Amino acid sequence: MLKIKNLHASTEDKEILKGVDLEVNAGEVHAIMGPNGSGKSTLAMVLAGREDYEVTEGSIEFNGEDLVDLAPEERAREGVFLAFQYPVEIPGVSNINFLRAAINEKRTHHGLEPLSGKDFLSLVKEKSALVELDDKLKNRSVNEGFSGGEKKRNEIFQMAMLEPKLAVLDETDSGLDIDALKIVSHGVNSLKSKENATIIVTHYQRLLDYIVPDFVHVLYDGKIVKSGSKELALELEEKGYDWIKEKPTV
Amino acid sequence: MAYTENDLKEDLKGKEYEFGFTTDIESDKISAGLNENVVRLISEKKNEPDWLLDYRLRAFRTWEKMEEPEWAHVKYDKPDFQAISYYAAPKQPKVLNSLDEVDPELRKTMDKLGISIEEQKRLSGVAVDFVMDSVSVATSFKEKLAELGIIFCSFSEAVKEHPELIKKYLGTVVPMTDNFYAALNSAVFSDGSFCYIPKGVRCPMELSTYFRINESGTGQFERTLVVADKGSYCSYLEGCTAPQRDENQLHAAVVELIALDDAEIKYSTVQNWYPGDQDGVGGVFNFVTKRGLCETNAKISWTQVETGSAVTWKYPSCVLKGDNSSGEFYSVAVTNNFQQADTGTKMLHIGKNTRSTIISKGISAGKSQNSYRGLVKIGKGASGARNFSQCDSLLMSDRCGAHTFPYIECENSTAKIEHEATTSKIGEDQLFYCLQRGIDEEKAISLIVNGYAKEVLNKLPMEFAVEAQKLLEISLEGSVG
Repeated sequence: MLKIKNLHASTEDKEILKGVDLEVNAGEVHAIMGPNGSGKSTLAMVLAGREDYEVTEGSIEFNGEDLVDLAPEERAREGVFLAFQYPVEIPGVSNINFLRAAINEKRTHHGLEPLSGKDFLSLVKEKSALVELDDKLKNRSVNEGFSGGEKKRNEIFQMAMLEPKLAVLDETDSGLDIDALKIVSHGVNSLKSKENATIIVTHYQRLLDYIVPDFVHVLYDGKIVKSGSKELALELEEKGYDWIKEKPTV
Repeated sequence: MAYTENDLKEDLKGKEYEFGFTTDIESDKISAGLNENVVRLISEKKNEPDWLLDYRLRAFRTWEKMEEPEWAHVKYDKPDFQAISYYAAPKQPKVLNSLDEVDPELRKTMDKLGISIEEQKRLSGVAVDFVMDSVSVATSFKEKLAELGIIFCSFSEAVKEHPELIKKYLGTVVPMTDNFYAALNSAVFSDGSFCYIPKGVRCPMELSTYFRINESGTGQFERTLVVADKGSYCSYLEGCTAPQRDENQLHAAVVELIALDDAEIKYSTVQNWYPGDQDGVGGVFNFVTKRGLCETNAKISWTQVETGSAVTWKYPSCVLKGDNSSGEFYSVAVTNNFQQADTGTKMLHIGKNTRSTIISKGISAGKSQNSYRGLVKIGKGASGARNFSQCDSLLMSDRCGAHTFPYIECENSTAKIEHEATTSKIGEDQLFYCLQRGIDEEKAISLIVNGYAKEVLNKLPMEFAVEAQKLLEISLEGSVG
């Protein structure tokens, strides 16, 4: 599904990613771990197509298409979803209208009719149950006045509504208490299928107790320096990142 | 292929001011210049009574001694008042019995403006008065309103049919000496709308005036007077457009609202005068004086969406004279390219327990300048007065400006005044968030801006709210940078 080859990316003339290779197949869950400043969030932003990051070398292939050439909204419509580390507030725009616009843009892109009001609302009902999203949050402005946990739940709710092929969760666990973490993880796990894939970007192992990855990669200084199974996450939790910094070999 | 910013720019080149057409109809226009004889000529052309001519002449003499104000945060070449024609009227049979007698070209203009009057009659029940250049050319729904005793007609007609009301109220809220442009308007105003709601009557439909400047080299000076008698209610809408011209046309209107005891007036404006082109050439100078007077328990609410004009100088205000009266001001002002707006309100608290609310939302794009200027004045006798003001500014580019000039004068210690102000730049983060959900940039901006202005747009009557949203979109297309 996703093939990242020798990816170099910089922002403000500073190179952050220095040759990332990663292959993700449908049905897989990958965790990207690493110390602060290793380039984890940059990788998430580059996948989503944020303009501030420039791809200087390498390639990203998504279902046979060159992702780098696509505008961010086109990537989204093709099925790339980013759950933001810091979800943005949009005052005055109701959560539900925002989502309806998003869904219909995607449907139009795929040659489908816009969803009728009735169908849309029943979808909202179904998907919001998944993350136990409070009814009143649906009609409030996008993320405005939401608590940290509510914002993250709202991200997963949007993900459920948009049914992406590739979901990138950027530090979704940060700021969540244990109950919220369980709810969010349950949401992500229920959305998992043979057709889609998930990349979890996280600093801590904690989230991986709930969303079990098939592969764990350690990103350090802009490169993936170690890959392994879920046990690698436990090892990192125990030893910290220092042992990896000392011997940066794959 | 990726849709780039350049593609967007290309697409937008075609999208310009939608109402920039002119209508080819015969017009009766007097030659440029202003002196006492011109004032007399206007009055004569309109067959006015002596008292009105006298009013005009006094205003003219006052104006001659006044200086054009310079305190607003706007820069422009002052109009040459001797180069403007002060009267232009579409030529047509003098008395119209029905809309069918209106010049077909004129009817076409109305259709282009989207105010097919027949449509409006059928669908929304809005009574419309259409003012082109200087003269009111059509008023719909008059008979139905008359059954309730509501008078809704052109100003000229009111002078003839209801001189006692005009004499009683003209210039009582905005005196001719009020300011330079009000004095000018009082001297040369050509037409406008008049509305009277009798005691205890709730006007069952929206009353609406559509203003249009058509002739070149003219100014538009209309006068609106709305009187809501005790315990009555009306909602009034005003829309404006003008053709695209390279010259700066002057619009200096006066609007007076009078809400007697327990009456309520809701006055909504969607101002879309020609704003000039991308390089700042042409556009309407919009220098308008709007003020309302509230007697005991009365309420006046101003809602405005300002997207047009090269320069706007406008402060719809409320004189809260009666005890327990209240005033509201809701405004969205959008400036793009080289537009300049200095707009806001004055809330003058005189009576006891008077209340006022000010919500102002400025949106600046391109190289424009957008200022909020507001005065909240609490008089000695206004014990228990309350005001809440909120002034927000949204910047769409790095080259535009947003300014807030709030003035507070308080002479009564029991008053409560709250003021909040924010300035924000349209967030790259907000935009990217929308893009990441598959919403393209144009739609994202429209979502964000409409969300930002929602508190004000919600105050508009339905028909206007839709138009206003569309205008916001058109005014801001391709403006993030």
